[in-house]
Amino acid sequence: MDKETKSVLIDPFLIKNPITIQVLGICSALAVTTQLKPAIVMSLALTAVLICSNTAISLLRNKIPGSIRIITQLAVIASLVIIADQILRAYAFDVARQLSVFVGLIITNCIVMGRAEAFAMGNPPGKAALDGLANGAGYSLILITVAFFRELLGSGKLLGHVVLERAADGGWYFPNGLMVLSPGAFFLIGLFIWIQRSLTPRLNEEA
Amino acid sequence: MEFSNRYILSFALVICLVCALGVSSAAVALRAPQQANLLLYKQQNVLRAVGALGEDEKATPDRVKELFSQIQQVVIDRKTGKVLDETPESLDLDKMSRDPEHSEATGPTYRDTLVKRVPDKLLAYEVHIPGKEGIVLPIRGYGLWSTLYGFLALSPDGLTVKGITYYEHGETPGLGGEVENPSWKAQWPGKETVAPDGKVLLEVVKYGTVHHPEYQVDGISGATITSKGVSGMIHLWLGDMGYGPYLETKRQVQ
Repeated sequence: MDKETKSVLIDPFLIKNPITIQVLGICSALAVTTQLKPAIVMSLALTAVLICSNTAISLLRNKIPGSIRIITQLAVIASLVIIADQILRAYAFDVARQLSVFVGLIITNCIVMGRAEAFAMGNPPGKAALDGLANGAGYSLILITVAFFRELLGSGKLLGHVVLERAADGGWYFPNGLMVLSPGAFFLIGLFIWIQRSLTPRLNEEA
Repeated sequence: MEFSNRYILSFALVICLVCALGVSSAAVALRAPQQANLLLYKQQNVLRAVGALGEDEKATPDRVKELFSQIQQVVIDRKTGKVLDETPESLDLDKMSRDPEHSEATGPTYRDTLVKRVPDKLLAYEVHIPGKEGIVLPIRGYGLWSTLYGFLALSPDGLTVKGITYYEHGETPGLGGEVENPSWKAQWPGKETVAPDGKVLLEVVKYGTVHHPEYQVDGISGATITSKGVSGMIHLWLGDMGYGPYLETKRQVQ
């Protein structure tokens, strides 16, 4: 694997992570992370859409007229999102209901548009698909980590299985109510950003 | 690269066609499993309303089917309340509601529910599951942003509430969306529905102003308009324009 492909694959996990570095896709990162299961499904849906949209845009990159490129990207992404939503409704109905509008909001997720415009418009399809996969995985990494802590600390469960027995059910654990609410996700993502920037000082902006 | 206007227009057209084709084929191809899911979900809600299924209990399609074999779906003549000898499958109530010959305007009293017309025939579920006997009525009406669709379960004589569920709405999560909150729904069982003369008693009042706990349900704090909407649709569907005559026949049987 040459160095460039490697960087396309690896960078989005840490030093170019769409959530903690570029701070994109925050809306869904807050909304669907109270439990692990919807977060995983959302991650899969976004990654699938991202790979397909990057590939499609990259295939068309020399055909798309510059004057209508954004709306073309949007049309492709919107269609893919609708199809993803339809598939979820058919095969993962409960989770689709929990995710409600947020599947549809993948359309406005800046990660998808951002990758289409910044990467797929200038790179061949294979590389664009890899970029989509890597960015989807970088997003998923944060989403699933946040959801892991929120579900564990907020309701003492993981994937619906009781891990920490709640005091209300006769156990010892007092759930942290903050984790169930959106601010809980803000705090967690804030912490991640803080930790990451402390570990890699070159990411720090000058004060 | 420079493109001619003609190229740009035809490119846009082709993209639109391809996208439209993709979206519509997905919608058509996946319609059957989606509708099966919706039906199962509705049936689960009927069972939850009447208490045959626990709040978080997930029932398999087979279990739901088994429980539903003890539920009879009946078609009712709205004005007389008599059960008609018709199968519910052949009935299109939405179409009927639009047809002035087979429906009645609800008038200004129920304006806030945005249910403009009620069909001449109605559906109800008569539940014969041992220990969970009752009647389940489909209800709908407008809240703050959306029409709420749900089920109200009553005792077999129709005099007290057994439970309520909402299975489709677009209210604000955390405020009006709390109609789905189990602790709010837990207030409903045991409330009186109608007075002996058929007047609807059951109502949702503003948060913290329950004076008659026998038939008043505390509203949702921060969701006054949704609460009013729930109250309004209860009055419509339990009243003379709705299931009132049907419930009267149930009282007489007892």
